[in-house]
Parts: sequence; structure tokens; C-alpha cells
Amino acid sequence: MLDSKIPAGTLDQKWTYYKGHCKLVNPANKRKLEVIVVGTGLAGASAAASLGELGYKVKAFCFQDSPRRAHSIAAQGGINAAKNYQNDGDSVFRLFYDTVKGGDYRAREANVHRLAEVSVNIIDQCVAQGVPFARDYGGLLNNRSFGGTQVKRTFYAAGQTGQQLLIGAYQALERQVALGNVTMHSRHEMLDVVVVDGKARGIICRNLVTGELERHFGHAVLLCTGGYGNVFYLSTNAMGSNVTAAWKAHKKGAYFANPCFTQIHPTCIPVSGDHQSKLTLMSESLRNDGRIWVPKQKGDKRKANDIPEEERDYYLERRYPAFGNLVPRDVASRAAKERCDAGYGVGTTGQAVYLDFKFNLINKYGRAEANKLGIQNPDTETLMRLGKEVVKEEYGNLFDMYEKITGENPYEVPMRIYPAVHYTMGGLWVDYELMTSVKGLYALGEANFSDHGANRLGASALMQGLADGYFVIPYTIGNYLADDIATKPIPTDHPAFAEAEKAAADRIQNLMNIQGKQTVESFHKRLGKIIWDKCGMARSEEGLKEAIRDIQALKKEFWSDVRIPGVIEGMNPELDKAGRVADFIELGELMCRDALDRAESCGGHFREESQTEDGEALRKDDEYAYVAAWQFQGEHQWSLHKEPLTFEIAKPSQRSYK
Amino acid sequence: MEHYTMNLTLKIWRQPNTQSPGRFETYPVSNISSEMSFLEMIDVLNEQLIKDGKEPVAFDHDCREGICGMCSMYINGRPHGPWQNNTTCQLHMRAYQDGDTITIEPWRANSFPVIKDLMVDRSAFDRIIQAGGYISVNTGSAVDANAIAVEKDNADAAFAAAACIGCGACVAACKNSSAMLFVSAKVSHLALLPQGSPERKSRAVNMVAQMDKEGFGACTNTGACEAVCPKGISIENIARLNREYMMAGLSAD
Repeated sequence: MLDSKIPAGTLDQKWTYYKGHCKLVNPANKRKLEVIVVGTGLAGASAAASLGELGYKVKAFCFQDSPRRAHSIAAQGGINAAKNYQNDGDSVFRLFYDTVKGGDYRAREANVHRLAEVSVNIIDQCVAQGVPFARDYGGLLNNRSFGGTQVKRTFYAAGQTGQQLLIGAYQALERQVALGNVTMHSRHEMLDVVVVDGKARGIICRNLVTGELERHFGHAVLLCTGGYGNVFYLSTNAMGSNVTAAWKAHKKGAYFANPCFTQIHPTCIPVSGDHQSKLTLMSESLRNDGRIWVPKQKGDKRKANDIPEEERDYYLERRYPAFGNLVPRDVASRAAKERCDAGYGVGTTGQAVYLDFKFNLINKYGRAEANKLGIQNPDTETLMRLGKEVVKEEYGNLFDMYEKITGENPYEVPMRIYPAVHYTMGGLWVDYELMTSVKGLYALGEANFSDHGANRLGASALMQGLADGYFVIPYTIGNYLADDIATKPIPTDHPAFAEAEKAAADRIQNLMNIQGKQTVESFHKRLGKIIWDKCGMARSEEGLKEAIRDIQALKKEFWSDVRIPGVIEGMNPELDKAGRVADFIELGELMCRDALDRAESCGGHFREESQTEDGEALRKDDEYAYVAAWQFQGEHQWSLHKEPLTFEIAKPSQRSYK
Repeated sequence: MEHYTMNLTLKIWRQPNTQSPGRFETYPVSNISSEMSFLEMIDVLNEQLIKDGKEPVAFDHDCREGICGMCSMYINGRPHGPWQNNTTCQLHMRAYQDGDTITIEPWRANSFPVIKDLMVDRSAFDRIIQAGGYISVNTGSAVDANAIAVEKDNADAAFAAAACIGCGACVAACKNSSAMLFVSAKVSHLALLPQGSPERKSRAVNMVAQMDKEGFGACTNTGACEAVCPKGISIENIARLNREYMMAGLSAD
């Protein structure tokens, strides 16, 4: 039975009540308690630093060469907080409400409300650490607007907000390392959780430089290991982002929740060929000024600028006149796919649509500048020139990035864009305290499922990572460890450690023994294609059943024909990758099973069988208002636990953007 | 953009581990698309090496969008290759022509020992940050974010310095293997903000001491670091660090 441990009281009093009543650990006892933190992104670095400050003995792990490189660093747009510095009507309640609604009513109200409450503390903390947020001339903080909201609540540092927040958390972490409260293990990959008497008591990890397996004890283990978007092979995730830690925890008893909830971001630079290794996001903010179109004529090979206005199909404006180019991410992504599948796509691959800035460059910015300068009847050329200057200030770095990758100048020709996998709302099931279904094993940040429902709003991932690490876990872990103060560190020669290490070693040996013909990369690509085609932007019962069969066959082939060069002892990036891809294959099957079970459309999950007459997503609250938490039962076998979702404050309604 | 394919000769530094000596190996790669990124070209080579039963080239990389700071190739005598304000992962093959020979080495600096092939150990940078590259504020004790106004010019300059991605190109480009640009960027970022002011003296002194302890060389103002920095960090920061360091010395107890 799933117990989410939501505290009593009204929604806005639950977190206050919890903090006032949870158990505490006194400072002398904290020094005797060891905590393992895996992953050093926003959630991991903030948790490790905060727990170190409190006096716990922390051991932190990351697979990168430095904790500062975790993929949180790549976040562009910003971080939401209900500060209401703009006096535009924002509040904790509105941030809560927008998040639940944006998540298409598949998130837990109590968790989301807590997130909105602590959002204000995050900004205070980050500024105190020296995070250089954008400021106005008066020296106070600036805000920008993001999708799915009607207020300006997003704090930002140019297009590098993730970097600046992570550097803040990283510096706090390194300060604790210097003080001796945190021991940092970089270039280490977690390969298993060690469970003793039903409680998580440590991890097995591989030193990626020496190849040695190591055993580490902890009174509790925190997984802050990010999302699993790389199951699609191509995504905006970093190359090393993986599901391995979460997946090992899942196989040791942690339930995996809503794995099919993945976010596909509409504006990314499209695939240019088979060699493509990753995809790059172009910020959501561009849709404020860019118009999306494809040619009206199928397979039109003319250059974009040669296609006259009346032969262009501004399909978002046509289908969704009320919201136009600013429909939510899931809707915009599906519409682009529909046009490309129907043969109207552009570019060499036909898998792209245009994002065109010319209209607003001339008519919005150009004219405004001309007015300011008092230029009467300006010609188009003048308007273009004036408009360009403004657009450069707004989006200059993104335009430069686009040009570096594609070699095309987006001021002159429209950007070519296509949807790409960006974020995973699903993850390890956690209760209100962020504890998984294994005692003493926690999941924070993108690695858990808790706050974004079926669709995440822009600028909310950074907020959640830091909320979990700075302001939630320091309280909730105490409530657990208070009962553990008498537990002495378990020596790592305990049979549970030996057994877990042996299992990890055997698996590595098995992988190396295969000595087949196909590379790890080629299997990963094939897995990605199956998931993208059948469990991507649109899913159907038939397709998902096929995908499950295909993935099972792929798994068999992988374990009999993969070729891994090199040796176990010492650095071997191909071996590391093989382990990750093997786990992605298993996760891929579970994603399809979850998508098959959820015969409704909600958020990023679009089931073709569940749509309205005019082709829009149809949510089914009567049957599917639950969190699907999957328990691993053996190869290809899972059992489903349902956590019902009740909405006392934010009452569900069907979304419409027409 | 005109698309073309090319055949190239790669001369790549191969070194099994820190202890063993390394040497250049020559590899041909063919049918490389001008639309590929530089690292995707290396991916093609590695896939080929694996199929041929050889060990692929080890190199650091992660985000492949120019922000994590992990990639670190010294390409034809220049960190991160020929483009300005650019990382290796954002370099694209249209920078090259059919028939080109490209020499690829790891960062060369005693303080960045080679781990394998093109991978180096940059943990010295983490230890420099540990020596004082932070503001000592515990979680929960912050005042309201708008309680202290920060002059916009200072905020912007702090941000420009904070844009450093810690890749180490500055060290690799410097004939003295100096880490002054890296250290000065962090000292500037924090010294320019009122929140960082209370610790500015000890920070400058301690970070410089750690930099010296790690074996990085002295700065002789050649400006090579600035020229190759993928984030355009200015050597004005080095001047600021020198001022901070001197003021700290003058007012020491």
C-alpha cells in the first residue's frame, strides 16, 4: 500500500505543520550520521552542502570530472519564484495553481504547494551566495515572463541561469569539502544500492579512472541523479546523463512512477543526419517573437525567403487562433509532428518547420524603433536594420548558438526547428518526505516524479531541484535519522555489501565476455528510434505493444552481440556506456508498459485513441487520476500500484487553446 | 549552408594512463559531413576503431552545448580549435576542408596530468575553489533577495566574470601554464558583489596561495588566455585580482 505521508491540515498549513512536528537530530548526533548523495546537479549539490552545514558526514558522488559540470548547468531560461516583486498579482497560491494546472492535474497538490512556498527562500539563498541574477538600474532584481503563466515571476541570469545557480550550489558544496564535512568522489558511477534489513545503507560504485569497484556506507542514501531523457538517444540532455542509479534502486525495490511522462520541447535545432549525437534547445521565449510555418505545398523545395506569404501555412495560428504560436509545449510539438508526417516538413530531412522572426523584426521592433527615432515612412530595409538591433539584445546569444551549429544566420533566414526530448516528469516514486518505497533511500530533483504531473512548466525544474536540496531534505531526513542515532556505521565487509559488489562485478564481466559485433552506440540509437517512434509525441495501443516486443528483442540481441573494447581494470568509457544503455533498454520497456496502461491523453502523454473530435488531447479523470507506481518483479515483469490523486483546491478542467 | 563531405587525417595523442608515456597516432577518417560537430567526427572515428578491434580515443565531453566545460581538446595548437569564443563541442566541421590534417592533443600543463589520451585531471581547479571561491552563507540564513541593491554595472561585471566554465583552456594556452584568468574570474565575480565583500581579502590571498601550491605558473600578461577563452573572460579580471591581492597584503594584520 502506497502511503504518501501527506501531513494533516489545510493545504497552506501542511508544510508549516510538518516542520513544527518532525523529529530533530541534535548536533552531536548529526556528526555520527553519514549520508550518501549521488549526483551533484542542483538537487545533489544543494542537498550535500546543506546537510554538510548541518553537521552530517556527507559523501558526494558524480560521474563527471567535477561536481560543477552536472547537467543542471545547461538550463537556459530561468527559475520561478512567487516573490511578487513586480506587483503584478503573483502569490504562492498562484504559483501552486499554475503548476498543478500546467501539469494537467497529475501532480500531488501538497508537494506542489510546498514547492511554491519555498520558492521565495531559494532566491534569497542564491543571491546571498553571489548568484548574479539580472538586475534593473535601481540595483534590484529583474523578472521575465514564461509560458503557462500571466505574471512575471522568472528570475534569470541572461541565458545561463542554470549555470549560475549550479555554480552557487557547487561553491557552497566546495566550502563544505574544505571544512571536511563533505567528501567528494568525482568520476565515480553508482552501480547499486546496498540494502540491509530493509533499509538503504550504502552504495556500490565504480571508480571510472581505475575501474575498481568501491563500497560506501551511509545511514541514508540520496539519489539526485537527474532524468532519463537519454533513453531516446537523441535529447537535449548531456551525453553522460543516465538512469542507472535510479534503475538500480528500482530493481532493489524502489517504485518507478509515471515513466511515460516525458516532455518534448517544441523548439530545438533539428537533426542534421545519422551522425547526430545530441540536440540543442532554443529557448521557449523565442516563440514570443517568432512565427511558425511550413509551405502550403507538399515537398516544396524552394528556399524559405523565396516562398511568398500566401503560400505559407502558419499552422499554429490557423489551428489555435486564441493562443497562436504561444500554445503550450506539448500542443506545439504535436502540431509540428503532424505537419512533417503529412509531408510538409522543410530542410534536407523534411523533419523541421520554420520559426520566422522577420515579421516581428520589421513590424514590431523595427516600427517601434523608427517611431522612437521619428523616422517618417521608413522603408523595409531601415525597419529590418532597426529591428535587428533590438532582437540582438533580446536573443543575441541564442541566435549566435544557432549560427554556430547550423551555419545559417537566423536574422536573414528563418530558423529550422523541430521538437526534441527535454525533460522527464516521471521518476522514482517518493512520498511527501522525498523517501522512495525503500526506507532510507531518497530521490530529489528530476530523479523523482513528484511535482510536475504530466507536463512541466518552463523555469520550474531549477526551482524544484533547489527546493528539494536546500529546503525540504534537511527537514525530512532528520525525521528519519532521528530513529537511527544509535546505529553504528555498518562495516563494508557485511554480506549485503559483498553480495551487491559481486552482482555488479558479475554484470560487468558478463558484458565484457559477450565480445560481439555491434557497438554500444548502435544499440542505443536503435533503442532511441523505437521509443521515439512508438512512445514519443503520439502513442497508440498497437504501437506500444509492438515497441515492447521490439525492445525485448533488442535486449536479447544486446546481451548476445554487443562489442565492448578495452579491459575492466582502468578507464573504459565504452564499458560505462554499455551499462547505462543496458539499463535504458529495460527502462524503455517499462515506459511503454506505463504508456499502454494509461489509455488517456494528458500533458506530454498523447494516446491517439483518446482525443476529441477535432484531434485535441482528451484527459480521463474518472479512470486515470492516479500516480502509476511500478514495482519491479523480475525480468519483463512489474506490478502496478496506484496512488489516487485528489484535488481539493485546484479543481481539474479540460484545457483548450482554440 | 552548402553541405559537403571531406576526408581528413587525424594525428591524435594516445596515452594509456598517467604513468605511461604517450605518442601521436595517425588515423584517416572519411566521408565526414560539414554539418557534424567536431566531437561527432571523433565519434565516427571511435565507432570505426571499435569495429576494427582497437581502443577508442578517450576524451572528456558531456553537455555538447558549450556550457559544462568538460570538453578540452588542443586542436592544431589552439585550445578548443580555430573559432573565437567557442568550445570544442561547438566547433563544427565546416571549419575544415577535404584533405586537411588535424592534430589533437590534451591540455598540456603539469597541474593537469593526463588521465588517458585526451582526458586530463582538472581537480586542481576544484581545490582552488575550496580555498575560498565561495561566500560563507549557510542555507536558511539569507536576507530577502532585494534587501541589498547591487549597482547594475557591478552586477553585469560580476556576471561576465561568473560566465567562466572552468574548462582550463586559459591554462592550456599559457606558456607558463598560469591559472590567473580562472582565479581572477572567481575573485572578481565575488568581490564585485556586496555579498562577497566581507571575505574578499582572505579569498584573494588563499586562492592565490592554493594556485601556487598546485604548481600553476606565474602570469606574464601575454593575454593568450583571454584570446582562447570560450566565454570571453577579460584579462581585466587579472588586473582586478592583482589589486585585490595587493590591498589584502597591505591591510593584513
